[in-house]
Amino acid sequence: MNTATSNKGDNATSVSLALAGSGGAGVMTAGNMLLEAAALAGYFGLMTRTSGPQIRGGEAAAMLRIATYAVDGPDDRFDALIAVDWLNITRFSAEIPLDADSLLIGDPAQGAAPEALLESGAQSVSVEFKTLAKSIKSGWPNMVALGLLAGFAGLPQDAVEAAIAKSMKKGGDALAASIAAMHLGLSAAQKLPRRMPLAPPQGACSGRWLVTGNQAAGYGAIRGGVRFVAAYPITPATELLEWMAPALTRVGGTLVQAEDELASINMILGASYGGVPSLTATSGPGLSLMIEALGLGVTAEIPLVVVDVMRTGPSTGIATKTEQGDVNIALYGLHGDAPHIVVAPNSIGDCVRATQWAVTLAESLQTPAIVLSDQSFGQARAVIDQPADLAFTSRRKLAEPNAKDYKRYLLTDSGVSPMAVPGMAGIAYTADGLEHNERGTPSSQASDHLAQLDKRRRKLASIDYGDYWADVEGEGELAVITFGSCTGPVREAFARAKDDGLHARLISLRLLSPVQPERLASALAGVRRALIVEQNHSAQFLRYLRAEYDIAAQMTSFHRPGPLPFRPDEIHRRLIDWSRS
Amino acid sequence: MTAVPAVAYTPQSYKSEVKPVWCPGCGDYSVLSAVTKALAKLELPPEQVAVVSGIGCSSRIPAYTNCYGFHGVHGRALAAATGLKVARPDLTVIAAGGDGDGYSIGGNHFLHACRRNVDMTYIVMDNRVYGMTKGQPSPTTEPDWDSKLSPHGTGLREFHPLVIALASGANFIARAFAGDPNGCADLIVQAIRTPGFSFVEVLSPCVTFRPEQREWKTMAHPAAVAPTDDPARAARRLMTDDGFNIGILYAGNRAPYRSAQAARVSPAELEKEFAL
Ligand SMILES: Cc1ncc(C[n+]2csc(CCOP(=O)(O)OP(=O)(O)O)c2C)c(N)n1
Ligand code: SF4
Repeated sequence: MNTATSNKGDNATSVSLALAGSGGAGVMTAGNMLLEAAALAGYFGLMTRTSGPQIRGGEAAAMLRIATYAVDGPDDRFDALIAVDWLNITRFSAEIPLDADSLLIGDPAQGAAPEALLESGAQSVSVEFKTLAKSIKSGWPNMVALGLLAGFAGLPQDAVEAAIAKSMKKGGDALAASIAAMHLGLSAAQKLPRRMPLAPPQGACSGRWLVTGNQAAGYGAIRGGVRFVAAYPITPATELLEWMAPALTRVGGTLVQAEDELASINMILGASYGGVPSLTATSGPGLSLMIEALGLGVTAEIPLVVVDVMRTGPSTGIATKTEQGDVNIALYGLHGDAPHIVVAPNSIGDCVRATQWAVTLAESLQTPAIVLSDQSFGQARAVIDQPADLAFTSRRKLAEPNAKDYKRYLLTDSGVSPMAVPGMAGIAYTADGLEHNERGTPSSQASDHLAQLDKRRRKLASIDYGDYWADVEGEGELAVITFGSCTGPVREAFARAKDDGLHARLISLRLLSPVQPERLASALAGVRRALIVEQNHSAQFLRYLRAEYDIAAQMTSFHRPGPLPFRPDEIHRRLIDWSRS
Repeated sequence: MTAVPAVAYTPQSYKSEVKPVWCPGCGDYSVLSAVTKALAKLELPPEQVAVVSGIGCSSRIPAYTNCYGFHGVHGRALAAATGLKVARPDLTVIAAGGDGDGYSIGGNHFLHACRRNVDMTYIVMDNRVYGMTKGQPSPTTEPDWDSKLSPHGTGLREFHPLVIALASGANFIARAFAGDPNGCADLIVQAIRTPGFSFVEVLSPCVTFRPEQREWKTMAHPAAVAPTDDPARAARRLMTDDGFNIGILYAGNRAPYRSAQAARVSPAELEKEFAL
């Protein structure tokens, strides 16, 4: 991978920009246009958003990273922050790190920049957005700001115009005014004390996607065969559902807005029992409510998928921010012995494949699967290479109508038993959360309990999960083991550490359950020490590795909670210290 | 889709070989019998019918039928039935269970199933007690009913399922009595035939924990008036009757919840939205 080390002069390879303002200032609109312009010009990029506690109309910031190479996470710092106004902006200072090389651009009409931001050493620059915008009939300051940032990063004017036109489909005077205002921003950028024009893009935009992690997961689900969704809205999973609702209708499926998560999980159990691959999406509080019914899915052997877009917990926590705190509940939250699948995508693009994979695993193994996504994927929008279709094709094994002496929970070698679905004559059965015999008849016999427990565990070990269980990269006696959204920043830290002469292995675990001890052992062969990187307060992933695997390497934990994202430098420094210790 | 049956269906066609766990004399036997009679009358192939329940004595009913059964978790029968029916509109879906299952732990789903008006039938075997957990008060238990868990009674006013169903939008509301399986079967037939969410509250005695409910046979009586489609009249009737008025008490004509439509595009088509 390319790195941002040559980020100087006319050849920046990665530029980070933030655009802040109070509600109604249109910073998100401008941010989205900027990302789209970068995409059309052939760059990669990532946009995340942050806002104050107000439901609507409070201060907000769009945070963008535009680069010549694919980016899976934020950079260490921001090259420029534009504030359309200063309202409560200091609340974002931890999220938008500035330094002496950064520009802090504000409108003098809004007063002086807050001291708390100036302390960073950032160079304060005045641009009269409001006056400039007013010079054009129906011109808006956010469009001036858009032009200013585009000029700062050296984005081509036609790409910015195309991006504006794409989002203002009505065209007309409003479009003309926006473009004119943007042009004023572009020329104002020429007067900035410093600009960071990006190096020419590598490749063109064709074959790339502009997508959020939530959309990617929703699309992966449909590609995996999901045609029924029931769910209750919760940040940061709601957009996944909002994307799926019309998409499902188009492909012949349907989405029911349930009265609560107890209903959503039980609705998808009912639909999947009816033979239709089904999914729900939620976040920690909702997952907590679904746990009892997940046990029913395990016992009655009903396939289903729950996408948990993790947010900062516990309880309501910080609803709009990320954390990897649901490892324990996803793996161990169910009562009894309840083997099930847990998969963690490790990039926005990977949300497509991991979710699709989870659907096919759940279907073919007839058990629930949990997908551990998180807010930093779900609500981030990225320019990515179109994810390869890994063609996960395994499907649910169905019974034959009128099969003789049909037993729903037949003890097969693989543990997977052919499933009858309503409508099939002669083999009707009752799906049951009560322990049962092979026929499905409730049983409290020790022998039936043991046989069914064994069967349900055996089936998870019956298939070859293939190379997709983890991403394993690099060589050496040192390794970093991580998962999910930490993977991007760890990869970037690795690329930087290479320049320091550090060579190590990276293992990003995608299949958390069932555990793959042999695969991990071979991935770790020859490794003496391992650094375990995760984003939560109690090192849940490290504890899981300790409990489930026999790892010879000496393990060190690098963990901290959300809500702030991991930045490459933080991991890079830790990697160097650890490797030398 | 359903072919003309080669052999006529009888109630026996819908009974499984699983032996009920119910106490001798439990009202739920008669409800099982009424369900099988109703299905025979409707001539529905057993494999086209799904019986979905939660947990409780009454919720054991699916496995005693020859239909597809779903014995889920406590209180969530209506949610599972909703998912099944919306995903598989070709099936006849019956949700069934007890008053604890439906009005207490599942109370929220009850409200929203009435509102949602998915085309299915919900049969509650109301014995005004938690039978399975051995005799605690349920939402429909009288306030002064003495029990170990609530000595001297709960002191709480009873839940009124029919009024709540009406207020929440159920499209068909009937009260039946387990002591009259034929009458109960007729009401279930009407419930299944009526599109939308049909609610049949069956007075089904628990002879073990509420032996006094044996007297219900002297108290149940046919409703004196014909069904109405006027919710205001139905509300008045339900609020003022003696609780033993048997029959269809409300039948509306709300359009049922819509199910999935045929596919218009292939999944790959959806990608176009992301492509640059
Ligand atoms: C989550 C949960 N809580 C509690 C129980 C225990 N439980 C089983 S059945 C039941 C009440 C059943 O009462 P009702 O629905 O009226 O049915 P009946 O047994 O009277 O037919 C309870 C509390 C359970 N199974 N699951
Ligand atoms: S305890 Fe009551 S409800 Fe349960 S089976 Fe016995 S009589 Fe029926």
